[in-house]
Amino acid sequence: MTGDHQTLALLLFSTFVAVTLGITTWVGRHRQGSAEEFYAGGRLFSPMENGFAISGDYMSAASFLGISGLIALYGYDGMLYSVGFLVAWLVVLFLVAELVRNCGRFTLADVVAARMRERPVRIAAGTSSVTVSILYLVAQMVGAGSLVALLLGGTTEAARTWTVIGVGALMVIYVSLGGMRATTWIQIVKAVLLLGGTVVLTTLVLVRFHGDVDRLLRTAAERSGHGDAFLAPGLAYGGDWVSRFDFISLGLALVLGTAGLPHILSRFYTVPTARAARRSVVWSIGLIGGFYLMTIVLGFGAAALVGPDAVRASNAAGNTAVPLLALDLGGGAQSTGGTVLFAVVAAVAFATILAVVAGITLASSASVAHDLYVSLRRRHSRPRSEVAVARVAAVGIGAVAIGLGLLARDLNVAFLVGLAFAVAASANLPVLLYSLFWRGFTTRGAVWAVYGGLVPSVVLVLLSPVVSGSPQSLFSGLDFQYFPLQNPGLVSIPLGFVAGWLGTVTSPEAPDEARHAETEVRSLTGAGAV
Amino acid sequence: MQSSNDRSRGGGSGPESAADHRTEPGGGYVETAPGTPYDGPRYHDPRYDDPWYDALASGWGESAAPGAAEPTVPPTRRHATGEPPRAAADVYLEVQRSAAFQEVRSRYRRFVVPAVAAFFLWYVAYVVTATTAPTLMARPVAGAVNVAMVAGLGQFLTTFLLTWAYARHARLRRDRTALELRWDTQELTRGMQGGVS
Repeated sequence: MTGDHQTLALLLFSTFVAVTLGITTWVGRHRQGSAEEFYAGGRLFSPMENGFAISGDYMSAASFLGISGLIALYGYDGMLYSVGFLVAWLVVLFLVAELVRNCGRFTLADVVAARMRERPVRIAAGTSSVTVSILYLVAQMVGAGSLVALLLGGTTEAARTWTVIGVGALMVIYVSLGGMRATTWIQIVKAVLLLGGTVVLTTLVLVRFHGDVDRLLRTAAERSGHGDAFLAPGLAYGGDWVSRFDFISLGLALVLGTAGLPHILSRFYTVPTARAARRSVVWSIGLIGGFYLMTIVLGFGAAALVGPDAVRASNAAGNTAVPLLALDLGGGAQSTGGTVLFAVVAAVAFATILAVVAGITLASSASVAHDLYVSLRRRHSRPRSEVAVARVAAVGIGAVAIGLGLLARDLNVAFLVGLAFAVAASANLPVLLYSLFWRGFTTRGAVWAVYGGLVPSVVLVLLSPVVSGSPQSLFSGLDFQYFPLQNPGLVSIPLGFVAGWLGTVTSPEAPDEARHAETEVRSLTGAGAV
Repeated sequence: MQSSNDRSRGGGSGPESAADHRTEPGGGYVETAPGTPYDGPRYHDPRYDDPWYDALASGWGESAAPGAAEPTVPPTRRHATGEPPRAAADVYLEVQRSAAFQEVRSRYRRFVVPAVAAFFLWYVAYVVTATTAPTLMARPVAGAVNVAMVAGLGQFLTTFLLTWAYARHARLRRDRTALELRWDTQELTRGMQGGVS
């Protein structure tokens, strides 16, 4: 990576930071400081704007760089990720988006607490939302550190540390000063940049092969050294049965986890009605689907034009496949075109991380202030404004994420994202679906559903080969590995559902018919929605 | 198909003209996109979009339309004629039992349950086949494209198709009745504690 790349990439990225900070201050000028404004941006975004913002929240660097890199290295097996990430949106569209928009106000816990005893349910749902957010946040911070260090040349420890701290500080500024409105506009800007960059690169790949996709695939297969096996599943996950189950587990977590991600759920509150929420999901499915189709082209393009060996030499996990592809498409390392394209991709990747991180921080600060603080504060203490608490919480979460991001910097980013999805699917999805659709669901069932998914998923990860017992583990010197799979979803998601059912049938209290009626009527008609 | 028509009261449109500027039919992005057809007669009536319109004066529930067999929400008129207001919980229970609501719910479920079952099974089958039967997936179809590639792109295609089908179904079969129920329910719970929160 020459100096030209770095200068240009830094320049582009500084422009992005300047623009987004400008948005934040401009939005902050009109700030009223109400909870409605801070958590939901005034609820007046249009479906198209929110659709772009949702896709901005969802298309993380793990998708842009990670999936393309996995395809470049392992061929078809990388493509399975993009399928899972997209199909997951049907769960959101069919079962969650409209109903959550109608029932809730700011967070997941609002939906559940509407028909249960409020305090225990809020504490449970708030805890699991914060856990999921922090896991997701750490993944993005780790990604930011390693990526930027790699893209901007300096692979020294100091560069990574300062990158993580810088990203954390920026996201705290965005969130605590601008709230949801600034965060949404940053997502929109980022989604347009990311989609624009992807369209340009995809077009260049297709032009290089004269629009002949068949030749693109053949060239990729030949260059990979695996032949036709490169275009079929099995290179990455086709080994023993453990790795196959691991993949099924990951697939399950991906498709069920999206509907439980707090920062995705909170996006539905930024539009005025359930119909607008539905239309924003339709927009985002279109955008996300198109984006993942293009990452497949980019992945095979990188395999065909750069070659898996060169990709692996640059970054063992394949994260630099797309920047290397951009360099090649622009005309090579010494050309102006290559320099420009490389810098653009680097800046877009960094903007992506920054925006995703801001969205998650906002969602988790809402959980802390709206769910945990309100339930846990001492009765006699002087009540503070919830928004003030949320701003402070954003700073605290930023600090925690920076700390954990520095500690966990050697963990694999894709794994951390998969883990966040698994915890979301185990702890958040069962309680959400039960309270929306099950007449007999009780408070005990809700609390058990959350902890019955949260605790097993976290414990199974601690006992997995990721943490100990193999050379790649976090603590490679120790061995307390008792669970063979890396992703706990296959076990912990069913456990979450079973625990919710068990808690309900053993519950001494009878389910509250009237409040179930209220939830059902409100969720399907929007009566009384804010 | 046609939702209940109890909104088409015979009264003049004088009193609500004040609210007209708020919602030009088809003009607002929120509820009706340009070119988004309703499945019924288009009401140039602002009250579909205005929850706070005072409906007490408007002759509720007069089913003047041919679809009069369609159920309406029973309690509305009683409240309008001066019965003492009940607790919000009773209102929700009553609306839940009303035939109009049951219709909305069953339309929603009749679409969503089979659709969720279908795409979930299709996705799980895809993932399981990809991990357990790679030789089947590697079978060539045309050129470099094999079964696995077709199945993967098929997942994209079915996702797009189901999204379109759901949005269309909701727009044509649910939105209108749901919106009417919403205003009716809000009228009933207005002013009660815990009603509109």
